[in-house]
Amino acid sequence: MPINISSRNSDDRLKSKVHEISGEQFQKCYQCGTCSGSCPMTEHLNVFPRRVMALLQLGDKDALAECNTPWVCASCHVCMVRCPRGIDIPRVMEALRQLKLRENVNQIEPSQIDKKEIEKLPQIALVSGFRKFTS
Amino acid sequence: MKISYYPGCTLKTKAKNLEVSALACLDALGIEYEELPRWNCCGAVYSLADDDLIHMIAPVRDLIRVREQGHDTVLTLCSMCYNTLARANELMKNDEEKRNTINMFMDEEPDYAGEVRVVHFLDYLRDDYGWDKVKEKVTVPLAGMKTAPYYGCTLLRPGDVAIDPPDHPTVFQECMETLGAEVVNFPMSTQCCGTYQVLGNPDAALKISYDILRDATGRGAEALVLTCPLCDYNLGRRQDEMMTRYDFSTEVPLFYFTQLMALALGVPAEKCHFELNREISEGFLKAKNLLVKASA
Amino acid sequence: MSTVSEDVTTEVKAKLIPIFIMGKKYEVPETLTIMKAMEYAGYKYIRGCGCRGGVCGACSTVYRKPGDYKIYVGLACQTVVEPEMYLTQIPFYPAMRATYNFHELEGTPEEVYQLYPELFRCVACNACTKVCPMDVQVMDYIAALKRGDIKAAAEISFDCIQCGLCASRCMGEVAQYHIAQLARRLNGAYLTPRAEHLATMVANIDAGRFADGLNELLAMDVDNLKKTYQAREMEPATAGEDWSPKEAKYL
Repeated sequence: MPINISSRNSDDRLKSKVHEISGEQFQKCYQCGTCSGSCPMTEHLNVFPRRVMALLQLGDKDALAECNTPWVCASCHVCMVRCPRGIDIPRVMEALRQLKLRENVNQIEPSQIDKKEIEKLPQIALVSGFRKFTS
Repeated sequence: MKISYYPGCTLKTKAKNLEVSALACLDALGIEYEELPRWNCCGAVYSLADDDLIHMIAPVRDLIRVREQGHDTVLTLCSMCYNTLARANELMKNDEEKRNTINMFMDEEPDYAGEVRVVHFLDYLRDDYGWDKVKEKVTVPLAGMKTAPYYGCTLLRPGDVAIDPPDHPTVFQECMETLGAEVVNFPMSTQCCGTYQVLGNPDAALKISYDILRDATGRGAEALVLTCPLCDYNLGRRQDEMMTRYDFSTEVPLFYFTQLMALALGVPAEKCHFELNREISEGFLKAKNLLVKASA
Repeated sequence: MSTVSEDVTTEVKAKLIPIFIMGKKYEVPETLTIMKAMEYAGYKYIRGCGCRGGVCGACSTVYRKPGDYKIYVGLACQTVVEPEMYLTQIPFYPAMRATYNFHELEGTPEEVYQLYPELFRCVACNACTKVCPMDVQVMDYIAALKRGDIKAAAEISFDCIQCGLCASRCMGEVAQYHIAQLARRLNGAYLTPRAEHLATMVANIDAGRFADGLNELLAMDVDNLKKTYQAREMEPATAGEDWSPKEAKYL
């Protein structure tokens, strides 16, 4: 899939927001792919972590908006402990999530969770799910 | 020397089996503990946004309670609570600016600067108590049981709160071997079960949990041993769903390590609350002659 | 229109202090409560006013003081005005109450979670507790509910007057007072132990133990009833623990 690199679709505001919220220097990423190789969720991602970092470096807001990566990420931190540049990738994913959530948009609706599920789920599932998916 | 005990919300209801068996182990081992008289939910996950301080308030409050109680160490049983409390503690220790802001915001609480130590039961036993001492108290070794210790993520990552190196941990193996069980190591023992994705992308969480079970049983494990109630849900309760969706026909018994430890220490089976585990779990232990009946 | 007698004095003897009602400055006697002060200023309460006695929760007021960043709260009927108080009334704050058939519930924590899943959005920021005019430990009862302790939540939330200020400040958008009411109802109906002696008495009544005596009384005429009443045996005020009536038939 070709990526269009042009100053016209490089969103500097997005990059500085992600940098501010994550506190991470994602420019350091040299695309080694260790994160993608370690991620347990790749089967369910439309864009792997390595590529997300590349899109972020290019400031490609539209392409990033299409990625389901931050929403399928389970914050397991394997990518972070193995990244040779020491980038805290889970924080980058959190920043991408927060950018959406802070627009007051929930990814899951607490009132619409199946009642039978609520009966069975441990409380930590609901607490952590709401933290990651609701604004 | 007494330590504080922080239960976490789930341990009072769905994971009662983890709590009651763990407290029975503490008694059997002679470890003095005191549950925090006042505590709140820690938040289950540590907020990863740099500008987000409000989500640090909940775990920091609990750490202040530990100090108020008069102890310098707090014991956790739930891995997610361990991770959240430990990381919040590190933040308060190391980041002066955030520490000041958080303390200023919580104007109704005394200031806190990371004076407390957060431990999980596993690393507490290894570092503070000692496996040798545990072994001395084992009266019913878990003989003939091929266990697969499953770490999950939150005990081992990130590095600053890891109880063992994330890529080659040994603490859980040491624990199970001390109890006399056979250990089956499997590569996916440190892979995530899907955690909160059970709400967001339940199919994805189901698949990676299934992969973990398949890896463990494929290498000869008869049962998985866990430390976290959410792992227990993803790997355990969702096995019914796995049976309808995947090539998965034999149920795998799962136990909290404290339940097995309690049995090994001679604690009566009632204290382990096996009725909260999958149905086959108790039968599995019976077949191994490991259930000790309470003596009058 | 009421007629006012000519010799009613309207001279105000108390010192007047400035307060701000919805941004507008008024001079009011310093001895008045917020509610009385607003009425003094000419406002008429048609909402946000109830018992005027500090227990109904209708008149919650939020105010600020000059040079002070803190948010202060009080009940308008109980709080005395202070100079340069900057007032706003909160007659009603929207908070959805879940609908349920109480008789279908059993008193389990999961029922609370199913009706109010947003409970888990609480981040323990404590804004609710700080804003409670009744000093209820709101954060603590929410924490109790998260860990399944309905009884503790019922006990901690006992003094709640349903004013809604907690919900107005909650960043998790939780309606704490509705959840607490559910907890108190569940605790009272399903969790508190039943009085055994009450159940025994009801059973005795149903079995007709007192039927004869009651029927006898019902069949009496008024004069006879009066005579019987005046001749009844009463436990003396100074009787000891071992006193028992001569007629032991109904014991």
